[in-house]
Amino acid sequence: MEKVLLKNIDNPDSARIEAYEKSGGYSGLKKAFEMEPKAIIEEVKRSGLRGRGGAGFPTGMKWDFASRDPKFPKYLLCNADEGEPGTFKDRPLLEKRPHLLIEGMIISAYALKAEYGYIYLRGEYPHAKVVLEEAIKEAYERGYLGDNILGKGVKFHLSVHQGAGAYICGEETALIESIEGKRGQPRIKPPFPVNVGAWGMPTVVNNVETLSNIPYIIEIGGEAYSQIGNPECPGPKLFSISCCVEKPGVYELPMGTPLKEIIYEHAGGIKGGRQLKAVIPGGISTPVLTPDKIDCPMDFVNLPKVGSMLGSGAIMVFDDTVCMVKVCWRAIKFFEHESCGKCTPCREGTGWMRSILERIEGGFGREGDIELLQDVAMSIAGKTFCPLGDGAANVVLSFIRSFTEEFDYHIKNKKCITQ
Amino acid sequence: MEFLKEIEEILNRYPDRQGALLPSLYVAQKEYGWLSQESYEAVAQALNLPPATVKGVATFYAMYKHKPMGRHLIQLCTNVACMVMGAERLVDLLKNKYGLEPGGTTEDGRFSLVIMECIGACDKAPAMLVDTDFHADLNEKRIIEILESYK
Repeated sequence: MEKVLLKNIDNPDSARIEAYEKSGGYSGLKKAFEMEPKAIIEEVKRSGLRGRGGAGFPTGMKWDFASRDPKFPKYLLCNADEGEPGTFKDRPLLEKRPHLLIEGMIISAYALKAEYGYIYLRGEYPHAKVVLEEAIKEAYERGYLGDNILGKGVKFHLSVHQGAGAYICGEETALIESIEGKRGQPRIKPPFPVNVGAWGMPTVVNNVETLSNIPYIIEIGGEAYSQIGNPECPGPKLFSISCCVEKPGVYELPMGTPLKEIIYEHAGGIKGGRQLKAVIPGGISTPVLTPDKIDCPMDFVNLPKVGSMLGSGAIMVFDDTVCMVKVCWRAIKFFEHESCGKCTPCREGTGWMRSILERIEGGFGREGDIELLQDVAMSIAGKTFCPLGDGAANVVLSFIRSFTEEFDYHIKNKKCITQ
Repeated sequence: MEFLKEIEEILNRYPDRQGALLPSLYVAQKEYGWLSQESYEAVAQALNLPPATVKGVATFYAMYKHKPMGRHLIQLCTNVACMVMGAERLVDLLKNKYGLEPGGTTEDGRFSLVIMECIGACDKAPAMLVDTDFHADLNEKRIIEILESYK
């Protein structure tokens, strides 16, 4: 497949506006400005594009909701708070293709009649901040941003808002709170951000990769785009693959590429020729899969059929030397640290689960600990404002379900099955 | 004063004063070295917010410097991918070689260490930031070589 998102990524000047324009960049924007805003939204709907941040919500539908709200000003926020462990797919876009994102944002803003935009960038990406700010400056100089873009009377102002190390700010309502200068604690929905978002105004929050797909959709048309990969959730997709594989990295492949193909063909198979033990397919919050499930196509429709989710498309591969209890413990330690504290089940439950996992891992597990973990997890799932609590519960429940024997062994023998 | 000028520039990008709070805290941290009570009050005054609001927001976020730190800040990831690829050995190494504990600072004030929750470099794990420089594919030998270049 021809690279769309990672096109020209090996060009050392790929982040510069000259290189971007030379490879056809900003032509989608010029084409979009010849279209009515409504027609752009229709084109995005026709493309079948679904949000790449994890939830997979249809982008065109989200835009439609926001554009129907009569309140102004409207805001367009780019979610570049890529914090899901295992996920690093947006990083090459931010560091090497900033103008693709900016062009996508300008087209989106024009379609939504949003005059102000922010890129909410995680604090852990200081280099991306430098690159994005330089790219935004270039775009202003070329007349792609400002009060009268390309003399067409379109206004859009864009800046970078740097986060400060809070995973929860990747959740869209927490992200909005954070942009408003508050603690990043999620809001209850409804009302949804498309109606009551940043500063109470209609707001669209889209992921970096989602927005980076927009210029291509305008360029080739929604119909042609909808033929790429799985027609139920089409398009090119960035997969980040890490841990025990020969060639970890970011791969751009059609949506629906089988997990097995990504691991064994693109990422070169299991490191050192060892045995595959487990795969987390969509970032740490998504349920773990055993090797018998890896024929599954990687998309929003098929992964739920084998008990997991596409999430951010972050594949973490574990071989037979890795202790599943330890991975589970470290994942829950993360959720405990990142729980914002607003909902009691998540705030307290993640700490309890971490503590139980810690004693099992350390050789102090007790009989009944597995049931206790399941009980705590079930007391979190579905009882919190945002999906962080569900993610933590998912991890514990899926690890126990898939690796019960390993947990049992740890408790009975006070050591790991891998030792 | 440079501090106020920078905050004024930030304010241009937001529809109200509180919007400028997160970026202003970064400016204050640069000015004061860390987020002291004095810095909260300066930001509060510049943004016309109660100091308690400023502190309440600042302490929610892990990446601000909530206490005085060494000349160089090591932010080492130990999340799942980095852990699987050996980050725990690096934490032990920093303890043994520099007497540096997670959350602590070396006696000579050269390094502070903060343990991170995924810095988005899982393909090059283990990874760390030293100040704003990114270093990846770390091992025991490489991390010491890198750190020795920060004086």
